[in-house]
Amino acid sequence: MTVLAILIPAALALGLVGLLAFLWALRSGQFEDLDGAAERILLPEDDRPKTDRPKERGRS
Amino acid sequence: MSCCAASASLSVPSSARRPDRRELLDASHDLGDGTVSTRLAVPDAHCAGCISTIEQALGAVPHVTDARVNLAGRFVTVKWPRDAVDPEAAFAALDHAGYRAGLMDEAENGPDPVLRRLLVALAVAGFAAGNVMLLSVSVWSGADAATRELFHWISAAIAVPAVIVAGRPFFAPALQALKAGRLNMDVPISLAVVLAVALSLHETVTGGAHAYFDASVTLLFFLLIGRTLDHVMRSRAGAALRTLDRTTPRGAVVVGADGGTSWTPLADVTPGMTVLVASGDRVPVDGAAASDAARVDLSVVTGESDPVALAIGETVVAGALVVDGPLTLSATRAGHASFLGEMRAMLEAAETARPALSRLADRAAAIYAPAVHLIAAVTFLGWWLAGGGLHHALTTAIAVLIITCPCALGLAAPIVQVVAAGRLLKDRILLRDGGALETLATVDRVVLDKTGTLTIPTLDPDALARLSGTALAVAATLARRSRHPVARAIEAAASDTDPALLDGIRERPGQGIEGKLDGQLWRLGRADWALSPAALVDLADTIRARPVLARDGARVADFDLVDRPRPGADGAVATLRRLGLCPTLLSGDGDAKVAETAGRLGLDTWTARATPATKIAEIRRLQQGGHRVLMIGDGLNDAPALAAADVSMAPSAASDVSRTAASIVFLSEDMGAIPAALSVARRARRLILQNFGLAVAYNAIAVPLAIAGYATPLFAAIAMSASSIVVVANALRLALPGRDVASPREDARS
Repeated sequence: MTVLAILIPAALALGLVGLLAFLWALRSGQFEDLDGAAERILLPEDDRPKTDRPKERGRS
Repeated sequence: MSCCAASASLSVPSSARRPDRRELLDASHDLGDGTVSTRLAVPDAHCAGCISTIEQALGAVPHVTDARVNLAGRFVTVKWPRDAVDPEAAFAALDHAGYRAGLMDEAENGPDPVLRRLLVALAVAGFAAGNVMLLSVSVWSGADAATRELFHWISAAIAVPAVIVAGRPFFAPALQALKAGRLNMDVPISLAVVLAVALSLHETVTGGAHAYFDASVTLLFFLLIGRTLDHVMRSRAGAALRTLDRTTPRGAVVVGADGGTSWTPLADVTPGMTVLVASGDRVPVDGAAASDAARVDLSVVTGESDPVALAIGETVVAGALVVDGPLTLSATRAGHASFLGEMRAMLEAAETARPALSRLADRAAAIYAPAVHLIAAVTFLGWWLAGGGLHHALTTAIAVLIITCPCALGLAAPIVQVVAAGRLLKDRILLRDGGALETLATVDRVVLDKTGTLTIPTLDPDALARLSGTALAVAATLARRSRHPVARAIEAAASDTDPALLDGIRERPGQGIEGKLDGQLWRLGRADWALSPAALVDLADTIRARPVLARDGARVADFDLVDRPRPGADGAVATLRRLGLCPTLLSGDGDAKVAETAGRLGLDTWTARATPATKIAEIRRLQQGGHRVLMIGDGLNDAPALAAADVSMAPSAASDVSRTAASIVFLSEDMGAIPAALSVARRARRLILQNFGLAVAYNAIAVPLAIAGYATPLFAAIAMSASSIVVVANALRLALPGRDVASPREDARS
């Protein structure tokens, strides 16, 4: 049963990482435009984001 | 012109007017550092090419610091310094790139903090549900007492904070309802969750076998899914009144006794004052024309955008748009008593008195909540009085509350609405209010507007076909510089023509546009300006009223707008008739034209010369007769009627106010959108009712078992999940291709 002492915290920690990742993604506006994100990978120039973009995206 | 811009049709967007600085700033979101962000709707954007075209076009506008397209929302967010916003340049850039654009309302489309809170709650509940379920499964599989106790403690440590965070969207409204002495759906939910956690904590402390931690968090998880979807589908129909206020004049330029002009707030304009209105502005007050030859667009009254020439002394109403000005008028009524003021009052009354949507889900909830409490109370008393012991009685009663918790019921309607909205969007129909779908399914009368809705003013195609290559190129190039309806139509029709290399193109306000090519002067505009006096003399009056294309004062071509039925109008009207919805035509146009359109489309009932007031009166009359009315219209004059109808549709080219007032907007040119929307709405309503049936069936099986005391945590988990999955799966059937409203089989049934 000692294995539980490792496995349960490990499972919970992984779940927590997933939760925090989602909250981060939500906060940073990753879900604002799902259709656009799918299309934007086809744009060559969008590889190099405008210098002011990451800041603005984070704020919104 | 981009690869994927709106196809070059001959249609004319009816809202050819661009917003000015004040309107733009009013609709913008202040970012606090001197910059504002503005959302512009770009309904035609749909691919990667569109994204890059639009962003580059707007990025090239001076002072714009950022432009980012949101493809899911079909809008572009423009950021620019507050002092340097330039709507004219931005709209011109979009226009040039081949995209229609409109201003979006900040209140309507700004950031949504409620949605964000719901998503955070949903994520927390999802995390807790997954992990607690994991632990619970091992307990159910027969963990020994020590492990079970440990798992219960861990579950408690996850579930208690999770319930506190994720339960807030339910607890707060439940408390409010109780304080007001009412019951709503949130009361039994909150009660079930809180009691389940309390009971489970008690079991954990005393080392009991059954803890309902998993049930309480999964419950919250499922309910939050429903609540979030419901929020997403909630009415986005903004306040049309606000849009009207934004687009109408707030003051007037009054000519003083000394001949000087001053800007006067509308409230201070009194009858007798002389008011000056420039080309492109709306008339601020009702008055009599004091200057000759100005032409105004009276679509605010009639819905017809064909400019009307005013003679001295003729009355003109507030809200009319001066096309060829300037117009001097003598005010006959005060600002608030003017036509626009009356219209505002009508719109306000219609918006506040709009029939409340009696949503199926709300009606179900009204029966459900008291029933659940009653059953739980009876269970408790029954077991207690039968000698089952206080503890057992309480446990069973809580199990009943958990089992009856309306997971399936909470999902039944929103999930169908979301699937239906997705399906409608595929047909290029935008659902702005999830509740409108239910009403649309029960509509039994349809009222239609004519111009802009059933018919589109289009350029007589022969006029362009007769033009030589050079003349066509010149016309297209000149037309690009003007917002006049005819110029817009020429531009759209000649979009694939290479531009002519004209020199010194300039617009003469109220006259037209001119430019030079190879030493020859080309003009596109009013006949009396573009043509030489000699050429004007022997011109028929009908042609004299039309915009002409002239070379060195000689007429090359004249252009005329004719009403053509929107594509699919025949079929749509025929379907409406077959479904027994008695389509009625209500138009502000003259008798002859309305009768002709009604005859051509097979509409039996029609009314010509309808004002906004008569349109509202007709809708009210139908509603008082017990009918549910669908209104379809586009013009500013239709806005009060759109707001008064039970459910309303507007084409995407409609005026801003009408688009805001409508609960459904169709982006396609084709009128087939109307039967398509009806068909989806009817299927959606059937599915919602089926889902309620499934939810009731689930309760019919689960509740007796729970009352009998068989609702163990395992049973609760399986029953709840199964019922939710069944409801979601049933809703997804709507995404499958189904029978059309227009199909004969459906017809035979209805």
